Amino acid sequence: MSAAGLLVQLLNGLADASSLFLLSAGLSLIFGVSRIVNFAHGSLYMLGAYVAYSILERIGGTPLGFWGSVLLAALAVGAIGAMIEIVVLRRIYRTPELFQLLATFAVSLIVKDAVLAIWGIEDLLGPRAPGLAGAISILGRRLPQYDAMLILIGVVVLAGLHLLLTRTRWGVLLRAATQDRDMVGALGVNQALLMTSVFCLGAFLAGLGGALQLPREPANAGIDITAIGDAFVVVVVGGLGSIPGAFLAAVLIAEIKALCIALGTIALPFGLTIAFPKFTLVAEFVVMAVVLVLRPWGLLGKPQAAAVSAGPPETPLAPAGRAQKWLASAVFVALLLLPLLAGGNSYAIVLAIDIFVGVLFATSLHFIMGPGGMHSFGHAAYFGLGAYASALLLKAAGLPMPVALLLSPLGGGLGALLFGWFCVRLSGVYLAMLTLAFGQIVWSIVLQWDDLTGGSNGIIGVWPSAWLASKTTYFYLALVVCAACVLAIRRILFSPFGFALRATRDSSLRSEAIGIDVRRIQWIAFIVAGAFCGLAGGLFAFSKGSISPETISVSRSIDGLVMVLLGGVQSLAGPVIGAASFLVLQDQVARDFEYWRAALGVLILILVLAFPGGLVGALRFRLRRA
Amino acid sequence: MRASILGAAFLAAFALGAHAQTQGPIRIGEINSYKAQAAFLEPYRKGMDLAVQEINAAGGVNGRKLEVVTRDDGGNPGDAVRNAEELLSREKVDFLVGGFLSNIGVALTDFAKQNKVFFLASEPLTNKIVWDGGNRYTFRLRPSTYMQVKMLIPEAVAAKKKRWALVYPNYEYGQSAVATFKELLKARQPDVEFVSDQATPLGKIDAGVVTQAISDAKPDAIFNVLFGADLAKFVREGETRDLFKDKTVVSLLTGEPEYIDPLKAEAPVGWYVTGYPWYAIKTPEHDKFLAAYQKQYNDYPRIGSIVGYTAIQAVAAGVKKAGSTDTNAMINAFEGLEFMSPFGKVMFRKQDHQSTLGAYVGKTAVKDGKGVMVDFSYKDGSDFQPTDEEVKKLRPAD
Repeated sequence: MSAAGLLVQLLNGLADASSLFLLSAGLSLIFGVSRIVNFAHGSLYMLGAYVAYSILERIGGTPLGFWGSVLLAALAVGAIGAMIEIVVLRRIYRTPELFQLLATFAVSLIVKDAVLAIWGIEDLLGPRAPGLAGAISILGRRLPQYDAMLILIGVVVLAGLHLLLTRTRWGVLLRAATQDRDMVGALGVNQALLMTSVFCLGAFLAGLGGALQLPREPANAGIDITAIGDAFVVVVVGGLGSIPGAFLAAVLIAEIKALCIALGTIALPFGLTIAFPKFTLVAEFVVMAVVLVLRPWGLLGKPQAAAVSAGPPETPLAPAGRAQKWLASAVFVALLLLPLLAGGNSYAIVLAIDIFVGVLFATSLHFIMGPGGMHSFGHAAYFGLGAYASALLLKAAGLPMPVALLLSPLGGGLGALLFGWFCVRLSGVYLAMLTLAFGQIVWSIVLQWDDLTGGSNGIIGVWPSAWLASKTTYFYLALVVCAACVLAIRRILFSPFGFALRATRDSSLRSEAIGIDVRRIQWIAFIVAGAFCGLAGGLFAFSKGSISPETISVSRSIDGLVMVLLGGVQSLAGPVIGAASFLVLQDQVARDFEYWRAALGVLILILVLAFPGGLVGALRFRLRRA
Repeated sequence: MRASILGAAFLAAFALGAHAQTQGPIRIGEINSYKAQAAFLEPYRKGMDLAVQEINAAGGVNGRKLEVVTRDDGGNPGDAVRNAEELLSREKVDFLVGGFLSNIGVALTDFAKQNKVFFLASEPLTNKIVWDGGNRYTFRLRPSTYMQVKMLIPEAVAAKKKRWALVYPNYEYGQSAVATFKELLKARQPDVEFVSDQATPLGKIDAGVVTQAISDAKPDAIFNVLFGADLAKFVREGETRDLFKDKTVVSLLTGEPEYIDPLKAEAPVGWYVTGYPWYAIKTPEHDKFLAAYQKQYNDYPRIGSIVGYTAIQAVAAGVKKAGSTDTNAMINAFEGLEFMSPFGKVMFRKQDHQSTLGAYVGKTAVKDGKGVMVDFSYKDGSDFQPTDEEVKKLRPAD
């Protein structure tokens, strides 16, 4: 490739960087101030594209009409953002950390179906920007005028935001709130108004990004999920809340991708070839992992002040009382009788197996998230590693199925051993994002390593041995394994190790002072969680008979988070009840409603607003008051 | 007290007890990613419903009415398998139909084998369903990736171009399409060179950079497997950068209304594509289907409508021939089963359980501000199969 070609490719990369930056700037702003993991940011971006399409249809024929439409769409999305803040988020600021994620996840489900219902199923390709439809000739190649314009807009927005944050009173208040929200409130600043305005501006920027993307990409109902992933990566790589950081990160990621695509397939000695374009599948996540390992606060971020939780302090864990033990035993016995009552081949058995797997998955996640205080956004990696480990041991290594299942924790555990070592060196959202990055890296390796993993089609024929194959037998196997694991996890939490783990969460400084090796404890916790999660993956694989990279996908990780948060992160029964209720709800809603994702979103939203401590938290609160 | 909620959750699930089995209608269990892949599957559902209505209005099959029970798997193979179990155990369906995504198609194929259930994979394209992952319980309707690529090879050879660029989504569908294309083209034209190989993340193509990279490799021809939003981005960036000028482009599925319609007046011109030119097919079978579809829905059919409609026609013909919905009788009936589809006569092959449903191959053009296919012809699926020896090698014995 010539130098001229490379230069033009870097310019192309800059245009991509600009749209990445526009997508992420709003998220960085919201994230920095409110610490809310706004999962609906991608949905707002998508709404920007759709709303802009509708307005452009009417008035987009002239340059004035085009840019007017873009602005109007951004304003509309800003208003929607403000509404989401007022109606939903404002009510749940004082809940345990991350709980807002659940609410924004619900919003994203609703928006997804709303878009399908309003704009229909077909992708909507917007018009080209009037006056900017052509291309500029540079070094014998053609750069679209609109791309040049995008680069310019990116820089203007960067400068504008920078001035807004550093030169206005609002910006000063915002930066103050980023450091200490309560103090800002104590000084007489209307916090509610401030938060609404931040959310509104963040949503406005998301809408602007989406609207500006329309001449380059059709509005479609899949943008939200790709957008949210990209946005998180950019924000974290740049450093939370740092707008220039986000810009830098966007440029870095887009240029690395451009370079990979430009390099193409390179032949090496010994007949080896490297296909660089394939690397774009996971480039941003590799960049994020490398940056976080080297610079734990992102490129331009500052060390995070210890998060001052807005919620009430967590009560220490109490061992189960007599009544609880009786009840748990009663449920277990009832479950043992289930095949007799419902019939051995009934759907109840099938659904119950999925619930057991979900319970174990959620409980293992809760182990590091709740008592461990380490939020994992990539927990599906260990689930998938366990599933693939047992599938491969069965199919490729030819081990008997029970042995393959028993060894599945090795898959998850070894993965956690490796990734955990890096993750425990971080904390808070950075840790969460590093787990996400590792999850995506595992996903892309499994997707690409066709010879071993079967690529995107996965591995089939992963069925239990004949003596375990009947639904009833497998039900008992899953029930016993799952119950034993949940009890074991519980036991670990009440052991000295469990106390040490909770100590590292509550105050890592004090723990260190009394001689606890914080990182080692956290690392071991990671491995334990990974191993249990791997077992859940193994159980899953044999219950379905086949697995594919979907077992490692982000959506599975998100499902895990939703289960834990729904049940309540501060209780050991939380993940059990959260997983069971989420899976039952999803199963039921998917059958009864055409727009079932929206229906599920509404249900979660109602639960979130009614029980801000999670289902178990709400229950406990009632009991204590009674 | 915590435990009792758990109990309540379970009870809620189980209270939705089993239906009593009815002797009346033939119950078809259909599983698909309805909301996750709405652009294809909404027309698919309409096609299915139309076929069911027509068949029931004509008295049903063997005196029994057809009834379709659909389930949305949310794009998740694990949920698809659970749906299959639910349809069988609770809804007491007689057999299974469906699948869009290949990984779900493959998962259901294996489920059918394990549970000895008849399964008609209507849409998923992967070769694996009839080759290395195939089994006696599974049949597939849609022409496979291999067949559709093979249909385009004559056009690629006729173009007599030496330097080819490849661009495709980076997962099994794209990879296997490109592998087939390279192999088949090389066999017919040994001096062919593949100068650029762009595997792009599904749904996330960096179209500007990719088009520039292909252009810099100076190919005389391009083989494209991108579809959906990726295709739209690729076409627009490519046009702005003059990528397609004086180049032969051969492109998979691009002539399907699902993918060419969103491009409107910007649809590419002169590409060789597989697709479905519903506006210009003039056969009695298709005329009849088109009139009924437009009357019913006041909308035109997409390729999804054809697949959904034909899938129901296929199972109706199969049940009629089998005389019952017994699994073994169905399998025996389907092997060699002939029936009429809107695309003409179709047969399910005995050797690999692939149907001979074909596709239209033609050239793209823009007419009245819309992308269309011109100079097209129907390629019957029976002419684009691997040889019986190859099938024997690829497919495990039952």
